[in-house]
Amino acid sequence: MASLKDLRVRINSVRQTQKITSAMKLVAASKLRRAQEAAEAARPFSERMERMVGSLAEIMGEREEAPAMLRGTGKDDTHLFVVATADRGLCGGFNSSITRATRARLKELNEQGKTTKIICVGRKGREQLRREFGGMIVDHTDGIGRSGGPSFEEADAIGRGLTQRFEAGEFDTCTVVYNRFKTVMSQIVTFQQLIPFSPPAQAEAEGGDDSGAIYDFEPDEEMILSDLLPRNLSIQIFRSLLENAASEQGARMTAMDSATRNAGEMIDKLTLNYNRTRQAQITKELIEIISGAEAL
Amino acid sequence: MADTLQFELVAPERLIFSGDVEMVVVPGAEGDFGVLPGHSLLLSTLRPGVIEIYENEKPKDRYVVAEGFAEVTGERCTVLSTEAFEAGAIDRAQADARLEQAQLRLRDAEGDEEREKFEREVELAELLAANAG
Repeated sequence: MASLKDLRVRINSVRQTQKITSAMKLVAASKLRRAQEAAEAARPFSERMERMVGSLAEIMGEREEAPAMLRGTGKDDTHLFVVATADRGLCGGFNSSITRATRARLKELNEQGKTTKIICVGRKGREQLRREFGGMIVDHTDGIGRSGGPSFEEADAIGRGLTQRFEAGEFDTCTVVYNRFKTVMSQIVTFQQLIPFSPPAQAEAEGGDDSGAIYDFEPDEEMILSDLLPRNLSIQIFRSLLENAASEQGARMTAMDSATRNAGEMIDKLTLNYNRTRQAQITKELIEIISGAEAL
Repeated sequence: MADTLQFELVAPERLIFSGDVEMVVVPGAEGDFGVLPGHSLLLSTLRPGVIEIYENEKPKDRYVVAEGFAEVTGERCTVLSTEAFEAGAIDRAQADARLEQAQLRLRDAEGDEEREKFEREVELAELLAANAG
């Protein structure tokens, strides 16, 4: 049985931990609000971008000279995954759920004899994938959003890198893996295909009024498209990074909330134990005194 | 036919302007063009330049934009630009610093592609400096 002093030390240490976790929860909550606002503010751009690419894709889709980024290279031998995770841990299953899903997909593709490559965004994902798939990691970026949320320049840098690799023929399809922010409690691992471009499903349903419309192009379709597609790539990456940032904070908030609660339960249990031990000791002393007095 | 069209100016980080306007002049890659309600369908790339929003046949608001795209239909005009600044809200010191840096980088640029990229950067920075409040 632990002595009173031991129990006191343990209670204090759990209390310290609880202070830290509840502080982290508060920090995550305020960061979450900012990240959510940023994600919402960026939505109009990517929606309109998708609409533009969608209507261009409709026109150019069937033609021979459509750029490979739109139609694909005609093969699907080499798959590139952009795996977006966080730089820091202590956010529940946020990082591991992404890497787990990626791992499953990679194994599946490898069994089919396809080549896979990985670009890691965020430190944690690279750490978790390195052991098993170290040879596939062709590039990595850390420290995204260190200065308060991912910026478009950071996403653009990744997007440009992808465009260069694609033009060099390093891969056939490109998919970005990130956690979609559904609610604070639940984030959904999402695989979004970037190359070849897949028009969003709702655009087809809504775009009914524009379809078949004939646009004028300045300078011409191909020029615009070859400018638009790399830009679209960057913006899609930007959007997934923003979603990811919001999800990360949401996950951290939930994780820290339950850690705080667990610490509270533990303190209660330890305190009860402490009081019982104290009682037992007093009783023991009393018995000793009484039996001592009786012996006289 | 309606006498206004819906104009939207969008940057990656946020929606900058959204509203009904009488006319807007957009710096297309092959020359500026004005958009009035009922304009034919058009998709165009943009060069760094100034967007002017007209009211009562006079320019009212000015925005400096970097490269981007414009989509025009009869009832709306959407401009997507990687960067956009309201002309009145540009910081003079920041704009000057940016111009200086862009010129430095242009001087050190190697290869056509890089040079082209920094030329556009200088162009944008010059516009910013010229329109700073």
